[in-house]
Amino acid sequence: MTRFLLKRIALGILTLFLVSVVVFAATQALPGNAATAILGRNATPARVAALSRQLHLNESAFAQYIHWLGDILKGNLGISAATQEPVTHYISGRLANSGFLVLVSAIVAIPLSIMLGVWMAVRRDKPADQALSVGTLGLAALPDFVIGILLVLLLGTNVTHIFPPVSLVPPGEHAWDVPKAVVLPALTLVLAVTPYISRIMRASMVEVLESDYVTMARLKGLPNRTVIWRHAVPNAIVPAIQVSALQLAYMAGGVVVVEYVFAYPGIGSALIDAVGNRDVPVVQALTLIIAAVYVVVNVGADVLTILVTPRLRTAGR
Amino acid sequence: MSTSLVEAEALAPQPGATLRQRQWAVLIRATMRQWRSRIGLGIFSLMVLIALAGPLIAPDSPTAFVTAPNAPPSVHGPFGGDVLGRDVWSRFLYGGRTVLGMALAATIIGVGLGLVVGLTAAYRRGWVDETLMRIADVFMAFPQIVLALLLVAAFGPSVPLIILMVGISHAPRVARVIRGAAQQVVEREFVQAAEAVGEPRRRIIFGELLPNVSSPLTVEFGLRLTYSIGLIAALNFIGAGIQPPTADWGVMINENRLAVAFQPWGVLLPIIAIALLTIGTNLLTDGFARAVIGLERGE
Repeated sequence: MTRFLLKRIALGILTLFLVSVVVFAATQALPGNAATAILGRNATPARVAALSRQLHLNESAFAQYIHWLGDILKGNLGISAATQEPVTHYISGRLANSGFLVLVSAIVAIPLSIMLGVWMAVRRDKPADQALSVGTLGLAALPDFVIGILLVLLLGTNVTHIFPPVSLVPPGEHAWDVPKAVVLPALTLVLAVTPYISRIMRASMVEVLESDYVTMARLKGLPNRTVIWRHAVPNAIVPAIQVSALQLAYMAGGVVVVEYVFAYPGIGSALIDAVGNRDVPVVQALTLIIAAVYVVVNVGADVLTILVTPRLRTAGR
Repeated sequence: MSTSLVEAEALAPQPGATLRQRQWAVLIRATMRQWRSRIGLGIFSLMVLIALAGPLIAPDSPTAFVTAPNAPPSVHGPFGGDVLGRDVWSRFLYGGRTVLGMALAATIIGVGLGLVVGLTAAYRRGWVDETLMRIADVFMAFPQIVLALLLVAAFGPSVPLIILMVGISHAPRVARVIRGAAQQVVEREFVQAAEAVGEPRRRIIFGELLPNVSSPLTVEFGLRLTYSIGLIAALNFIGAGIQPPTADWGVMINENRLAVAFQPWGVLLPIIAIALLTIGTNLLTDGFARAVIGLERGE
């Protein structure tokens, strides 16, 4: 098992390295000189030359990559081309806001979907299960921004005015200081991931409920609650845990459009702004961070799966 | 690249082809017996019809200024005017072509590329398999929308770029599924028989393997089409794809969303259209996937 874990982690690190190459190569494709792009067309040749030296633009692409990667590993993400402030300074508060949004969404979504899945499995093929089956299938098909805008219509503007349609967070404050601002973006993410987790939990639970040991537990005369929550759920939960971890990774990308819908001050809306401004250092930093979270959570999901599955845990000892 | 099912059927040996045609007929009948497939197909057909025929029945040009900004519904326009005073109904009727066309193109690119990579990895095994899957891992390390945005940052908003990037971001996910399905086929006798009589590698991959992964391939196509519609609509919505003043459902939502409190139609019509489109494709795909599982269990 240890060998498999080490191999999985090593592959994760290799993937991260290749991701950095892709991010670097993609932003190198920028037509024209990056220094001219930052300074604008009217910059004096002397300033362009100075910035080119500072950015190592006169060296080979390989040398530039090494400088760039070295800086990142030292925690220096460069200077934003749009705001002229250090990228780390620009994104740190936003990173915390996005992390908070994902955390809140996960804390609500994961237990909720697992309970929903159990409930559907217990009422298998009854009207409630069939309605929820189709409902979650339809919800799973909806793009995140469609869910977000429908929520704005229902809860933020036209039908009711319960929550603000725009997540205004005063400068200097964090998202958790303004809980109202987090509700609609978080609800959007919850609705986006719940169908996947609950459907997997339902399928897994249906299988377990048909097993011999559940029949055995029922024949012993155990109360229904005990059979379901003590005997069935712990055995059915592994695929749901795995999918929950994958949905957590999905949210790292999902925040991009959801934050844009609500103008939520996180890394997602920052990425879209940076793409609009063609602010290369910020785009590089944010795509790297999002990809890193994605890779780490995926590796974590695999590790977790091995740890909670006895058959895999003992294999290859 | 022979990626279409029709071509695959033509490449396959004759007796097998008739058998497969019968299997397809059974599969399609099993799909259509389910109410979810019928509803899905109905919704999807309706939305395609609106997207294709809409421009023919639109009363106004999608870019002409015919009303006051945010005009309420009236006899001139059943859904009023948009934020700049263009007819919402006409822009809606024109706005489906772009998102549907782009999504279809991206899906064909992604599923085609994923199919070739998946089949090649499953058949060649060894270092080819290992290398292709590592490359797939790298592209799967980016959420799909982030991969597209990375390229938009470098090249600026562009429709062909968005189609290509959404397609490429699907490819590794499709490749994994197809590789998994094809790995079981590679072990079967008829593949070894084809190798023994010296069939060229390409004929084995597309003539022997491809027809045997056609049902997971169809499910992938449906799934990827659903995701493509959502991704493309989202990218047009955030301004990374189609640019105003072109009428597009994603663009319309962004243009009109700040006025949604007093003129909701400019947002409601396109958002319902996108929702119906993705729900339709997803219901139909789910119906087909259930039919496949049902037939496999019945065997």
